[in-house]
Amino acid sequence: MDVNDVPQEGNCTLGTHRKALYAKDAAGKMVIVPSCGSEVDETVTMQAVQRMQALTDAAKARVLAGQSAPLEYWMCERRMDVALLSQVSGIWQWRIRRHFNPQRFAKLSPRLLARYAEALGLTPEQLQARP
Amino acid sequence: MNTLVTSFKHRHAAHCESGAAANLLTHHGATLSEAMAFGLSSALSFAYLPIIKITGFPLIAYRMPPKFILRGMRKPFQARFRFQTFRTPEAGMQRLDELLIQGQVVGLQTSVFWLPYFPEDMRFHFNAHNLLVYGKDGDDYLISDPVTDLPQRCAGADLQRARFAKGALAPKGLLYFLEGLGRTEVAAQAIQKAIKKTVRIMLGPIPFVGVRGMRMLANKVAKLDTSEYSLNYVGHIVRMQEEIGTGGAGFRFIYAAFLQEAAQITGLNELALLSERLNQIGDGWREFALKAARMIRGREPFEPRTLADMLRLQAQSETEFFRALKVAVA
Repeated sequence: MDVNDVPQEGNCTLGTHRKALYAKDAAGKMVIVPSCGSEVDETVTMQAVQRMQALTDAAKARVLAGQSAPLEYWMCERRMDVALLSQVSGIWQWRIRRHFNPQRFAKLSPRLLARYAEALGLTPEQLQARP
Repeated sequence: MNTLVTSFKHRHAAHCESGAAANLLTHHGATLSEAMAFGLSSALSFAYLPIIKITGFPLIAYRMPPKFILRGMRKPFQARFRFQTFRTPEAGMQRLDELLIQGQVVGLQTSVFWLPYFPEDMRFHFNAHNLLVYGKDGDDYLISDPVTDLPQRCAGADLQRARFAKGALAPKGLLYFLEGLGRTEVAAQAIQKAIKKTVRIMLGPIPFVGVRGMRMLANKVAKLDTSEYSLNYVGHIVRMQEEIGTGGAGFRFIYAAFLQEAAQITGLNELALLSERLNQIGDGWREFALKAARMIRGREPFEPRTLADMLRLQAQSETEFFRALKVAVA
């Protein structure tokens, strides 16, 4: 990559950050050039962000319709899936899926609620509130 | 509590671990660029690991696993690293404070998701990020994050969460610091050894590592249909390549920079020519990313086979490149 080819199109996902890229300067030496990001990066990051946003929205709709528990919404909101939440909280995946049932979730013991809240970086009250 | 290591200098780097290693060793008096740290530890690689899932997609890494670069610094510099993990977050934070008071620059492994200074859209659950702490101001830690152009600050509670995040590659509060260096210059012999190791990894016999891994991924891509899932799959490959600490094209360019430096130190001019060649291979990876992004945006029809062919071409050029590299350092 040539120094002049370093993408500077701007990438909204980077915010004010800049990435360091290596490129060849006029003398043929590889140097670090700060980049504002490229459209390519933006496309794929936004694709991933939007996919997670869509999952979160779907979970929210289910919670509001009474088909799921706020736990599922918060899991998606924190960009986790059941496998990851299981690893973080130490609760088996099938148990987590069971706890997506609103009736079961409402009867959850304070201890379990605290474990979920801790894993998701929330207070137990936040976790129980409707999204 | 206020403490600051005034002599420490932050340098912007392309990759977190090589940047952290280079900045830490430089602080202790070594002459070392990020590219040299990356090359000297034989960090360049390729691995396609369908069994390990990241947000539901396979792990595709363009470098060796975390901590590989730091460990790779031990021999060439006779570096005496201390690595420590902790059972409780309190103990981990206390030890960090102690070391800062002693005037140490401390390296940490953290999660990206819980670091507040990271841009919102870049915060994913990735646990093998590296950064250096060089001071504390009140409750804020002063952080030199190699991938940001300026030093950062982070509140103690957030940093604690990031250090003790759980899941795949959980850091368990890992901190590291240098007790001393045996030597401060890079030896030509160490460079040749490192290059040979990289060649061995890239051309090795394991089917999912090195150029064989690229071919395996290409075969997988060729079999994709044109569903939404496939588009996300391709997006994921590019994201692993360009955006996350797994870096694809970027790492080829870092290695090219390393080969240039290596040519100077070893006096092998062939390496400078090979650096130019690797530069072109890196451009090939960027073209692949661009093509994929255009397909995702719908500017071009989505043809997985075209992408697979581009991957095979990359595998072919890298095979030839590493064979030439093998001859150059033999």
